[in-house]
Amino acid sequence: MATLILTDATFETEIKNATTPILVDFWAEWCGPCKMIAPILEQVAAENVGKIVIAKLNVDENPKTAQALGITSIPTMNIYQNGEIVKTIVGAKPKPALLADLAAFL
Amino acid sequence: MSKVEPLVIIGSGPAGYTAAIYAARAQLSPILLEGSVTAGGALMNTTEVENFPGFQKGIMGPALMEEMRAQAEKFGTRFITDDAVKVDLKGDVKTIQDGSGNTYQAKAVILATGSGYKKIGLPKEETLSGRGVSYCATCDGFFFKEQTIAVVGGGDSALEEATFLTRFASKVYLIHRRNELRASRIMQQRAQNDPKIEFVWNSQVIDILGEDKVSGVKIKDTVTGEEKSLSLTGLFVAIGHEPRSELLKGQINLDENGYVQTTPASTKTNIDGVFACGDLVDHVYRQAITAAGTGCQAALDAERFLALHGIFSA
Repeated sequence: MATLILTDATFETEIKNATTPILVDFWAEWCGPCKMIAPILEQVAAENVGKIVIAKLNVDENPKTAQALGITSIPTMNIYQNGEIVKTIVGAKPKPALLADLAAFL
Repeated sequence: MSKVEPLVIIGSGPAGYTAAIYAARAQLSPILLEGSVTAGGALMNTTEVENFPGFQKGIMGPALMEEMRAQAEKFGTRFITDDAVKVDLKGDVKTIQDGSGNTYQAKAVILATGSGYKKIGLPKEETLSGRGVSYCATCDGFFFKEQTIAVVGGGDSALEEATFLTRFASKVYLIHRRNELRASRIMQQRAQNDPKIEFVWNSQVIDILGEDKVSGVKIKDTVTGEEKSLSLTGLFVAIGHEPRSELLKGQINLDENGYVQTTPASTKTNIDGVFACGDLVDHVYRQAITAAGTGCQAALDAERFLALHGIFSA
């Protein structure tokens, strides 16, 4: 897998230490649209190694981070640069639309 | 450019998958564009389906779709997990382009792209989406544990969502613009007997309150015109659906609401060799079983059309 798995314990450190933009996909097992976007995110990760890190955080197993961020819909994809949220994408979308959203970071 | 296939089906869900089962068993080896993020259709975001014949104990929506897909695959359906982004349906050979730039050619096309959820149309709805405004109760109910939330709508999906959300929320308002529901009796009774659900009749949501996150809604009484606010942290929108027919505009006859028009008692559209089924056509029944039924009809209509043109298998 080309994606990085984050937990409540590792979230802050990974965001702080990232040397490229990092997209964090907040997801859960019960969420249909999350399952749809997962393979697309894997592809984006594999095709953009070194440009962007694609990470995933399971909100069911790691509720603290999602709660602290006020996330109320999944999938939510936050993009961080230098430790700050620079873009938020809510909801699954086709790959061309997702790439268009990420164009500034690739 | 690929070879000319007998049949391409656009859209999954009960209609598309059933069409594929029938067409595949007729040895047409259909190509099915199931959608890159919408594969399985509307049922993928539901929970228990209790009224699909043959499943007396009920079946989860996603599991039902997985079964239908596997059945279509077993008989030789070829799946493309991508969206149709461009179609040219005129003429003897139809062309379909997917989101990755691949092109498919076919003698017959079945349209089964279904419908998408309708938005209320309030400016704050967009900015607070993901900050308390949601369109998927099964996805997002989890985030509203012990909170007060609302569902807007009066159909089966609205009541199913309200009932589902009581697992998490401490209180669920059901806001409906009329004083009676469209939903089935059993769904109504279940919701009315639920102590966590409070009905807010004759009310229209006219504003969503809150800057960074939802803190309430402003509602207007549709009879008296009186306005008031409700404090809540989540707003689930379930006011119905609209057909996903954007792609077809200007190519095929649509009615004033965007539904594909078909010849009565068939799935034929105004273009030879193009058939339509499921929620893309049906704004009356809108059930998994009726979508599956019209998917079957579309496959049989396509099969007959192809036979008339001397095509009996792929």
